[in-house]
Amino acid sequence: MTPHRPEAGGLTPLLEAQGLNLRFGAIPALIDVAIDITAGEVVAIVGESGSGKTTLLRVLSGMMAPDAGTVQWLGQDVLAMGEAARRRLMRTEWGFVHQNPRDGLRLAVSAGGNVGERLMAVGARHYGSIREQALSWLAKVEIDASRIDDLPRTFSGGMQQRLQIARTLVTHPKLVFMDEPTGGLDVSVQARLLDLIRSLSRELGLSVLIVTHDIAAARLLADRILVMRRGRVVEQGLTDRVLDDPQHPYTQLLVSSVLAA
Amino acid sequence: MTAPLLRTKGLGKAFTLHLQGGTHIPVLGDVDLAVHPGECVALWGPSGAGKSTLMRCLYGNYGAGSGRIMLRHRGADIDLAAAAPRTVIEVRRETLGYVSQFLRVIPRVATRDIVAEPLIARGMNRGEALARATTLLHRLNLPERLHGLPPSTFSGGEQQRVNLARGFAPFYPVLLLDEPTASLDAANRAVVLSLINEAKATGAAIIGIFHDTEVREAVADRLYDVLPQQDAA
Repeated sequence: MTPHRPEAGGLTPLLEAQGLNLRFGAIPALIDVAIDITAGEVVAIVGESGSGKTTLLRVLSGMMAPDAGTVQWLGQDVLAMGEAARRRLMRTEWGFVHQNPRDGLRLAVSAGGNVGERLMAVGARHYGSIREQALSWLAKVEIDASRIDDLPRTFSGGMQQRLQIARTLVTHPKLVFMDEPTGGLDVSVQARLLDLIRSLSRELGLSVLIVTHDIAAARLLADRILVMRRGRVVEQGLTDRVLDDPQHPYTQLLVSSVLAA
Repeated sequence: MTAPLLRTKGLGKAFTLHLQGGTHIPVLGDVDLAVHPGECVALWGPSGAGKSTLMRCLYGNYGAGSGRIMLRHRGADIDLAAAAPRTVIEVRRETLGYVSQFLRVIPRVATRDIVAEPLIARGMNRGEALARATTLLHRLNLPERLHGLPPSTFSGGEQQRVNLARGFAPFYPVLLLDEPTASLDAANRAVVLSLINEAKATGAAIIGIFHDTEVREAVADRLYDVLPQQDAA
């Protein structure tokens, strides 16, 4: 495995969005938002509930259309892409980890089947090899091999979340969108997930765009951070600089409101 | 003398506290500091003068308010004060190390892996990186039984030694040390002194805050005065 070695500025972004605007009736959800992410980068989007961060993730991943603005994936216009092309992208070069693992898993299919199914969707047909890869991914996310034939509904929330991550990453996407992946989990489980996400991004050179309200998690995971408030990006930059030397009043409030662990 | 590896020109920094009615606190003004290869400069000044703030500005952890921070990186001088986040990350990986007083790491990660991580990020293979990590941890008197454990339950002195091992492992050309011996006993202090002197001998430029007079006299080639700023009010 090659280590994570993102290059300096000037590198072409994988995903690039500009001038995103979206209103839900009278409520502005996105106001002039621009964002980009390059290979191997982990970028966190933080902000309170209702700040527009999940909406931004949905727009970037083509799940929702903005009123104005552009989203490009390797120079391709995501918004002009047909539904079939977008679904293909979501099966191959992209992955999406939902806040609720039940939204990303098939609950009536075994754990191994959940992982194998995504491989089959990109053309894998050899049963032995699919099962072998499923087992290797269950091991990576620390799910015991003896649980491979069990249904996800018999798993704890933390295990389901790790299974969703295995299912998402088995096809080696280039970019993974994560929406509050550690939300609703015990603190001890959160730590395992953070460690897992970070080591996978380093080892696989994966880019991750992660939405979270957990500032401590963003600090440990992200290279860069964007702070959103009421649909706007109010501050962005190097993660430790934004958190340790915040400039915008809202970022100062956000950082000072976190309980130190 | 050769050109400096790091040189600031008119570096200034102030904080505006929006939650305290926009209070403006000037901390640094017109800092002109140059550090050459093989040289160790100790920041000098009373508590609260801004020594740690200067260190954090040099690392890019605080944004510079004014002035420039010229750093030799990949054979050319770049201005860290104006560098994009991706460039700062690259500089920290290859050129600029920082040993702070606090160890901030992902929970559950073993000490040995924490120390090896910056080496692996620089492209060293995992086996070699872990071997170097183990050697340094031994040198800093951390017993082998601790190497496989996460440092969250370690004492302050043990955590500081993990931090030191992580900072010295990659042979950064420019190294920032904020009170590197603050919670160490005499034996470990001596180890840190020899690590600093070895880094100087290989041509590293070092900037440090050393409250311990004995340590400062043993490693610093000169002092740089950090002067408290007058309140604007």
